[in-house]
Parts: sequence; C-alpha cells; structure tokens
Amino acid sequence: MPPSAYDSRSTGPSNLSRRRLLGSVGLAAVAGCSTRAGSEPGSGSDPSGQPRAPAVSAASLEPFYGAHQAGVLSTPALFICVLALDLRGDAGRDGLRRLLRLWTDSAGRLTQAHPALADTEPELATQAAGLTVTVGLGLGALTKSGLADRAPAWLRPLPRFGIDRLQERWTGGDVVVQVGAEDPMTLAHAVRVLSKDAEPFASRRWRQDGFRNSPDDTKNRNLMGQVDGVGNPAKGELADLVWCDAAGPDWLVNGSSMVVRRIEMDLADWDKVDRPGRDATIGRTQATGAPLSGGDVHAPPDLDALDSNGLSAIPHFAHIRRAKTGQPVERILRRPYNYSELATDAAGLSRSGLVFITFQADVDTQYVPIQRRLDELDMLNRWTTPIGSAVFAVLPGCEPGEFLGQRLVGA
Amino acid sequence: MTVPRMTTSTSGPACPRVLALLAVAAAALAGCGGDTTAGADPTSSAAASTAPTNATADSAALTVTDPWVKATQDTMTAAFGTLTNSTDAEIHIVSATTLVSERAELHEVVTEDGAAMMRQKQDGFRVPADGELELTPGGDHVMIMNLTEPVTAGDQVEVTLTAEDGQTYTFSALAKPFTGANESYHSQDGSTMSSPPVSADTDS
Repeated sequence: MPPSAYDSRSTGPSNLSRRRLLGSVGLAAVAGCSTRAGSEPGSGSDPSGQPRAPAVSAASLEPFYGAHQAGVLSTPALFICVLALDLRGDAGRDGLRRLLRLWTDSAGRLTQAHPALADTEPELATQAAGLTVTVGLGLGALTKSGLADRAPAWLRPLPRFGIDRLQERWTGGDVVVQVGAEDPMTLAHAVRVLSKDAEPFASRRWRQDGFRNSPDDTKNRNLMGQVDGVGNPAKGELADLVWCDAAGPDWLVNGSSMVVRRIEMDLADWDKVDRPGRDATIGRTQATGAPLSGGDVHAPPDLDALDSNGLSAIPHFAHIRRAKTGQPVERILRRPYNYSELATDAAGLSRSGLVFITFQADVDTQYVPIQRRLDELDMLNRWTTPIGSAVFAVLPGCEPGEFLGQRLVGA
Repeated sequence: MTVPRMTTSTSGPACPRVLALLAVAAAALAGCGGDTTAGADPTSSAAASTAPTNATADSAALTVTDPWVKATQDTMTAAFGTLTNSTDAEIHIVSATTLVSERAELHEVVTEDGAAMMRQKQDGFRVPADGELELTPGGDHVMIMNLTEPVTAGDQVEVTLTAEDGQTYTFSALAKPFTGANESYHSQDGSTMSSPPVSADTDS
C-alpha cells in the first residue's frame, strides 16, 4: 500500500510544511523496530489480519500466583484503574507489610472469581473477566519503611522534561495498584475491595481510570483517532526487556518498573489538523495505522524509505521516528489507555488524553532516552502535554502462602 | 471429599477452580508463616503450591475455609469462616479460645424487637456430618472478648475450637478492615454492650 500522498503546501493553522521542517535525514537503519508479532493464541488478529475472538471473556481467569505478577505481559485489559496511595504517617514498614498481605489475599481471591474475605458484595466477584491486580512501590514506600538503601537507582521521579506541565495531583505516589478487567463491574468491585484493605495504612493520592477499544495493539485507538500501541517489541523479546534480573536488587528479580504518565490531549486544536497533517505527525496513517513507509499496520516502519518526491516517507519530526533511539535495549512495553472525562472549565468540551503506562526493566536506560528524544522533537508534542508522572517498582510475583513484596519487607 | 462452596457461575472446567480454591483455603490455614496445628491439614503448607490439596485421606475432620477476623482497636471482635466436616458424624463445637483474648464464646444472632442481637449459642456449633456451618456477620460466629492486644488489619489471629469429645481444631484468621458486625451483645445476665462501630468511614 503506497503511503498517502503528501504535498508540502501548508494546509492551515497547523502548518506542516515538510520542506520547511526537513533537516538532514541521514538516519541509519534502526534495529529492533518491529511490530508486535506472534499475538497470543485467541487474541487480536492472526498474521492474515483476520480478527480472532476476544482473548478474554467474562469468564476468563488470569492466574494470580507465579514468578511474575499478571497485568504486565498479559493481554491488555479493556478497562484499567491505576490507584496511587501514600502511606499514612504512622504506617511504616509494618503498615506496608500489612497492606501487601491484605492486597495479596484479596487479589488472589478476586482474580479467581472468588469473593474477598469480608466481602460485603460477594455477588460482584463471580465474574473474573480477566481481572489482574498488579502492585508496585514508589520510592516513598521504601523511604518510609527504612528500606531506601534497597531501592534501585531508577526508582525516583523522572527527570524534568521541557514538555512537562506536571500537576501534583497526578504525580508521584508511595504505592500503586493497577487493576484491569474486561468488565467494568468486576473492575469497580476489585478496586473498592482493595481500597478498603488499604484504608488503615494509606490514603489515596490519585486515581486514573482508562479504557482501550481493543486488546490488539494493532487495533486499539486513542481519542486523537490514532492506532495506539503498535510497535511494541515482539513477544519473544519482551521478557528480557521487561523483567528485572539479578543485576538489580534481589527483592526485585522477576519484577519490573512501571511509568505512569498522564498525557492530556488538545483535541480542540487537533480538530483543525487535516488528514495528511495527522498522518505525518505520527508517521502512520490514521486510517489503518500503517507506517507511511508502506505496508499494512503490521509492517515495520522503514525510516529510510522515501516518498514519490524523494523525501523521507516518515518525516524527521514524526512521532514514531523520534521514539526510536536506534539502541535495541532502549525499548519499552507501552500500554496506553484512554481517558475521557468531564471538562472542569467552561471552555472545554471534555478532558481527554492518555493514561500512558509503560513497563521496562530499567527506567533510566530504557524509558528516559526515548522520552528525551521526544522532548527534543516530536510533532505530536503540539497536541499532547504530560500533566502527571510517576515511577514505581513492580513487585515480583509470589506463590500461595506468600505475599507480594515479602522479600523486601520480610514476613 | 469436602467441596468448598463455590458461588461462581462461570463456564469452564470446575476442577482447576476447585483446586485453586483449595489452595487459597489451604493458604489461609497455613497463614503467612503461621502455624498449622492440630485440626489443620498437616500437608497444607506443601499443598499451598500449585499441587492440589488432598482433602480426603489425611485431612482433619474439621477444616475452616476462608477464615477472617474483624480488625478492631477495641476490646472485642469476631471470627468468621466456613466450618467443613469431612466425617460421617456430627462435630459438636462447644467452646473456643484465642491467643489474643482472655475469652471467646460461640455466638448466634437473633432478632429481638426488630433489632439484631447477638448472644451465646447455648448448644454451641453443630457441624453436620459431611456438611458445613457458616460463621458469618449477622449469623453464627466466634466472639472474641477481652482482647489482650489490638487486632490490626493484616494480623493473623489463631483461633482454637474445642469439640464435645475434646478434639481441638486451630485455624489462623486474617484480620480485615470491616465496618459491619455491630450487633448488640446480650449476655446471660441480661446486660448489654455493643460491638463498637468503626469510627472512621472508608473513603470511596
């Protein structure tokens, strides 16, 4: 499929004249730019592009116990709630331990379609709907527990970026739990149970709810209309890129790191951007998500490809070009979710954007280099603004009889 | 074989879910580093891995599934769970003790003048042969009285039930935040006291 023709005439307020913006485009072939290959059985579409039945149904159970927590490499749920809490002043390590023990017990039950202990609405726990509960710790949890010396180096707020307009109310957090499910009722019930478990020990810092419209990375879209989530590392590469190993702290082996960015979209201005401009901004067509270098949505972007005018098919300012550093280790697992909420000011129709979640073994070596490049140049920045940011250590999994984080806080 | 009560209506093979529930129940009995003592399945720690719990040959006559205790900062609280009798004879529980209190009693909840009241269950707890007895807020429960230490959410509280034949059954119950179970207590001498309500309501 040839890339959509794009001419260099400016097309309105969102001037995207490529001739004006073109600089040298001598980028070497980029290693590791791959679309998500080998979808899990029953999920998404097969290589021929034919959609399969949804991976997760109302009856689906995602295992809870194991070496790794669920909700990281799992097929992304349609509905997510990310809840960040701060430990209360008197909680300390003992309070953190209790919280983790209670959360582990509740999550082990709810994810298997059983009520939690003391569940006042057990009827709401009968449909597992692929429920996953994923627990992480911010630096504050370790500091407040006297365990700061065991924190990995990357467990701290991200560096400041020029594009950031971070709001305190969406930033930070001592403890996080990501709850995902295919069914909003299952999700709501789980979040409430976990909130009640946490209440004696931690207060809510922020809550971000999000949704996808497909578990398939090549079909999921965001509210700008773009296919969003394409180009994650191939399934076979994810384990090495995501799971922490013995190079880091022992309590984090088989865990991960999680970055949660709240990214607000300026949809009012995006409304004015025509189709060619939109496509060039990302480097993919809005219609199908295919890279402008050709092929379909599954095709790897070719950063060397030229269009019929002899210009780079994927502009130098395009998001997908800027997101590739060229270093194979500098890749992350992206799990973007959409939010669409009531506008708080009279001028806006809605507040829309992304609950942008990423997993990687090391934030400093994998996430930051990408974010830095995007901060330096990314046409998409004209319509997106990070308004929240948080970094967490995703705990390793546990076995029955253990609880999450036991290796850190002690039994 | 005891079959834990399942409330799901989901499709799919029942076997893995039964095993999963047994593993969860066994984990509850084993606790997090807690004891498994007389009355609990001696193999439950091992079974709390992915292997299925064998609830037939070696299992105790009485097992407690999904036990929990209401967390409190006051002087009394209650323990709940499902008592399962795997024998073909009734098990008659006549008393209870805990490690965290001076006393424990076996209670029932009755309605008097439209209000729920709890009181000692004179005949104790009778768990039918090959049957169950549920201890639940608003129903029968173990009343834990004169606490010698607070019961903080996340604690594991050890409760021992004693049967008429002298056999004891011990289980470990996880303390949970819970704002219900506030019935007034009617003691034998007619005095009353209320299980204190929780002061701080939970945020949504």
